[in-house]
This record gives sequence, structure tokens and C-alpha cells, in this order.
Amino acid sequence: MTRPPLSFRRFAAIAVKEFVQMRRDRLTFAMMVGIPLIQLMIFGFAINTDPKYLPTAVVLRDRSPFARSIVEAMRNSEYFQIVGEVASEDEARRMLSLGEVQFVLNIPEDFSRHIARGERPAVLLEADATDPAATGNALAAVSEMATSALRHDLKGPLAQFASGPPPFDLRMHRKFNPERITQYNVVPGLMGVVLTMTMVIITALAMTRERERGTIEMLLATPARPTEVMLGKIVPYILVGYVQLLLILAAAIIIFQVPVEGDPLVLFGATFIFIIANLSVGLTFSTLATNQLQAVQMAFFFFLPSILLSGFMFPFRGMPLWAQWLGECLPLTHFLRAVRGVFLKGHGVSETMYFMWPVALFAVVAIVVGVKRYRQTLD
Amino acid sequence: MSEEDAPFAIDVAGITKSFDGRVVVDDIPMRVRRGEIFGFLGPNGSGKTTFLRMLCGLLRPDGGQGRCLGFDILGQPDDIKRRVGYMTQRFSFYEDLSIEENLDFIARVYGVPDRRGAVAAGLARLGMSSRRRQLAGTLSGGWKQRLALAACLLHAPELLLLDEPTAGVDPKARREFWDEIHGLAAGGLTVLITTHYMDEAERCHRLAYIAYGKLLAQGSVDEIVRQAGIFTWQVQGPRLAELATLLRKTPGVEQVAAFGDALHVSGSDRGALAAAIAPHRRDPHRWTEIEPGLEDAFIRLMRSSGTQ
Repeated sequence: MTRPPLSFRRFAAIAVKEFVQMRRDRLTFAMMVGIPLIQLMIFGFAINTDPKYLPTAVVLRDRSPFARSIVEAMRNSEYFQIVGEVASEDEARRMLSLGEVQFVLNIPEDFSRHIARGERPAVLLEADATDPAATGNALAAVSEMATSALRHDLKGPLAQFASGPPPFDLRMHRKFNPERITQYNVVPGLMGVVLTMTMVIITALAMTRERERGTIEMLLATPARPTEVMLGKIVPYILVGYVQLLLILAAAIIIFQVPVEGDPLVLFGATFIFIIANLSVGLTFSTLATNQLQAVQMAFFFFLPSILLSGFMFPFRGMPLWAQWLGECLPLTHFLRAVRGVFLKGHGVSETMYFMWPVALFAVVAIVVGVKRYRQTLD
Repeated sequence: MSEEDAPFAIDVAGITKSFDGRVVVDDIPMRVRRGEIFGFLGPNGSGKTTFLRMLCGLLRPDGGQGRCLGFDILGQPDDIKRRVGYMTQRFSFYEDLSIEENLDFIARVYGVPDRRGAVAAGLARLGMSSRRRQLAGTLSGGWKQRLALAACLLHAPELLLLDEPTAGVDPKARREFWDEIHGLAAGGLTVLITTHYMDEAERCHRLAYIAYGKLLAQGSVDEIVRQAGIFTWQVQGPRLAELATLLRKTPGVEQVAAFGDALHVSGSDRGALAAAIAPHRRDPHRWTEIEPGLEDAFIRLMRSSGTQ
């Protein structure tokens, strides 16, 4: 018994049929072209692991030319963008904590006098080191800069200090993650990533599955209202989301020993808003997609920029402005800030809400779109 | 309430629906009395399913108005949905839920009082009490159909809309199904049922026939046959296929259809038909004039509407 050889004709029949089906499903076809394009744009233009022009606030207690030279030298390094002078250290600390600035430079009182006396006064550079990758290069650059910053100012009698050790002592303070442990940044962020992935995909499939299996016809013939259907489909997954949250939280504490500076309850509250936002996106997708494949693709279409542009994988401030704006539109970006804030910065309710209100806004918009798109008839 | 007094369970007129500019249901009126089994016939794609979907609020008609169980079909779809059981053409319950879970879901959505009792009763009537944990997806076609019917009846609807419920179901199960439908109608339930089977059509109290979205005839079996205005002869004997080919070419003969060992030869002009068959009325063929059947009537209706 010999089996007949493979038939090119039969193979071609299958291949041609696949192409015809591919062409029928316009959305899938668009995605096949669109996703590589988006990846090209993001990886090619948006991602930069050497972030520059990081926002820096300055607390100037001494207005001497020395102080100005140091600020100028930082600016010239291109790693720092001096966003302004801050009156008090408390204000500077608040800005650092909320992520409004990445660095705070403190120049103490009588700085120039101490320089003149050769006492090597201390200059404190505080960094938000939550993401060690975002600050690493800048801090490396600044220590080189310290030796040369005042070279032109040290003239006349001060020329003696121009050689030898730097005329001031630059102290760097990596706040929130002093040991520069990457896991401290990644593991809390993973909460947001995992929730985005599962919540959007699961709900995107929820409605599409009813349509694909034909059960939508039965469901629409019942007295169930759109809001009831949506809520009924969303709530079970909120619980699933919390199970995931607890799992990651437990792993973060037990396995990775990430410090939890803030109150986990605040985290649970923020997560609620975040889950709702993602579920609403998923539900909106599921009213747009005509089959489950499309629903998954749409979810992927949302997930890809979320993971790349949110600051989870790559430093947010390393991206060009357009990418940052895109990132600001994604719930994950804001949730990451909130989660890292609670974990590493000990944020409470007010700081967390400061990060989460855009997510709440996003959720409201997504719900409105989803409910509007939900058709109570088969039209 | 007026809904109790209304003699018609369905009383609609001018129902029209088009999809992408193609008229699928064109100006259809329909009146179905309470407690009646109303058959809805027509070729595939004639708009039957679309019409049913408009009655129960799944689709919004583009034009027309009327009442279903006394409620406005445009303004009160929720009231209608609560009182209607709609059995879809394709099995539309959850295949990954068990029989019992499906019934329980339906009972909850409709807010059936004494849910557990109603589900247990539904299972008992299905004769599926022992298999209630079986997943619906693993049921055979006949059992799926019975499950769907039981689910549609769970909330004690006043009107049952059945969309080709017996497609792909074996004759014994079909017979049982129809016995059940007649039992339900005797209890006061109104049933609107679409079908392609002539024997099923003859089991209905009244019928409507639509083709290409238009209503061609409405009434009892006898009325519809009369409306069609045809006359039929039956011929038996050898080599009927040859005779059929010959007759089809003869003016005055409009339809020739084989029924087992006989041909039904029909025409709308009795005299012309008699003249047409006269040359063939000799041995070995035996000719008898018979009452035209429903199928003959429908084919006539469809042809005449198609040629208009």
C-alpha cells in the first residue's frame, strides 16, 4: 500500500480559500497590516532607553554665580531640563513624589562662601529612582559634570581649587528605590499589565461569543436590558481581577519582597477604577467586533501600546512628546504611577486619586460608547 | 385590560423591512387569533424569520404598525418580550451550560415565580430529569429542539413564535412535537410557526404564504387552495417521466409534479387543462380529477407572483 503523493492542486485549493477568507475579513486584514506598522512606529521612534531632558526642579538657597553655573552645567548635559525654581523643600519633595519632576537639585545656603573657603559644600541631587533605568544615565552624567562645572568660575584666588577634587560634594539621593532594584519597579507595574491583558480580552470576547454562537438572538428576545446584560457580564470579571491582584500582591511581597510603603486598601480602590476602565474598553470592542478573532485582535491593538507606551517596559520620559501624549490616553500609564506610588512612595488616597482621575474619566467615556454601541436589536 | 379582550394575538399591518436597500419584508399584514396555530410558509429567504424577529422586538420594522398581544410592536417591545416565547431557527441556548442550567438561566431572566419548581417541571416534561446535568451542546438535534421548546415555555408565554422548529428532526419526534403544540394551543396558547413541510402546514388552523417578502395568501388550507384557483388531475401508469416531459410542453398545463407512482397535473383554466390532457387519456394511463393539494396551490401562488 502506497499513499498517493501530495497533491499540489489540493494544497492550492486550501491556500486559495484561505486568501479569500482573509480578504473577506477586512478588519483582520487591516490588523495584519496595522499591527506591524504600529510596532514599527513604537519601537522605531518612540522607544528610547536613554531618556534625556528629564524635568528637574531647583531649590536655590544661594544665588551666587557658582550655583548658576551648576544649574547651567546640568542643563548643558542634556539630561536635565530645569523646569523651575521651587521655594521650599517641601514643595520640591511633593513634586518629586507625584512624579512632576524626576530630579530636585538643592543648593544650600552660603554655598559660594563655603566654596570660597575650600570647604567643599554639599549639593544634594534627589532623584525619583522608582524606575532605575530612567535615572541611571542622568546620574552618571552628573557626576562627571561636577568636576568641570565650576572650572570657569574658579579664577584668581580660587584657582587653587580648580585642580584636585571637585570643589563641592555632589550627593545623589535615589529616593523610593535606593538599591536600584528593577523588580521593585516591574512587579507592581505587572499588576496593571496583567489586569489590562485579561480584563480587555475576556470582555471583548464576552459579547462576541454570544453573537458568534447565535445565543445573542435568544438573549435579545428576553426582557434583559442592555445595562443589565453589561453589568452582568462585567461584575464577575471584577472579581477575577481582584483575584489576580491578590495573587500578584502576594507574590510581590513574599517572592520579590517589594516594600509596600502605602496602604494596600488604597491600591484596591485604585484597582477598582482601573478594572472598570479596562472592562469597559473590552465591552466596547465586543460590540464592534463581529467575531471572536476580531475581538482578540482589537484587544491586542489596545494592549500593545499600553504595555509599550505606559512606562512599564521603557522609561516614559524617554519617549518623544507624541508618544507621551498617546501614553497619557491609556489607563495603564496612570495606573502604573498610582501603583508604584502606593508601593514605593507610600502614597495615600489623595495622591492616588491625583493619578486615577484620568482613568475614571476614561472609564466613563468607554462605558458611554459601549452602551451606545450595544444594540438591543439585531439591526 | 384590553389585552385580554383583544381577539387577535397578532394584529399587524404594513410591516416592512429592508436591509441595505433590499426589501425583505414588504407591506405584510397578519392577523392571528388567540389559541390558533398559525402556519407561516414560504420559500427560503422569503422574509419569514425577519418577520418573526420584528414581532418579538429583535428587529425594528421600517414601516407598518400593529399590536402583538395587545401591545404596540413599536412602542412596547419589553411588554411583548415578557409574554412571548421565541424559538430560534438555530439552537440558541448555551451549549456549555447543562440542560438544567439553561432552564434556570431563562427562569431567572424572565423572573419566573417559583423558579426551582418551574425548572423541575420543565425538566420533567422534557423527560430529562435524569439527564439534567448533561451539557446542552452534547444533545442530539431532536433533544436540542425539545430543550429549546421547554425553555421557551418556561415563563408561560401567551404567544409562541417557532422558527422552523422541526428542521432536521426525525418523523417520530416531529409527530410528538406537533402533538405537544396542539395540546398547548388547546390550552389557549397562540402559536405562530414557520415551516417548509406541507404535512405540517396542514396541521395548522390557518396559514399565510409569503414569497419575496410579499404575502400571497392567508387563510385555512381550503381557502388557500381555493385562492390559488387551480385544478388538478392525477395520472397513474407506466413511463410517467416521459409523459411528464410531454405534458410540460403542452399549453394549458402549468404544473406537473411527481407524487410517488402518480403525477399531479395542474392548471388554472379547467377547460384548457382538460383539452391539454385529452390526447393522453387512454390506456395504459388512468386519469382522475382530484382536489388540488396545498403544495400545488403554493407552487401556483409562487409562480404567479414571480411572473407579475
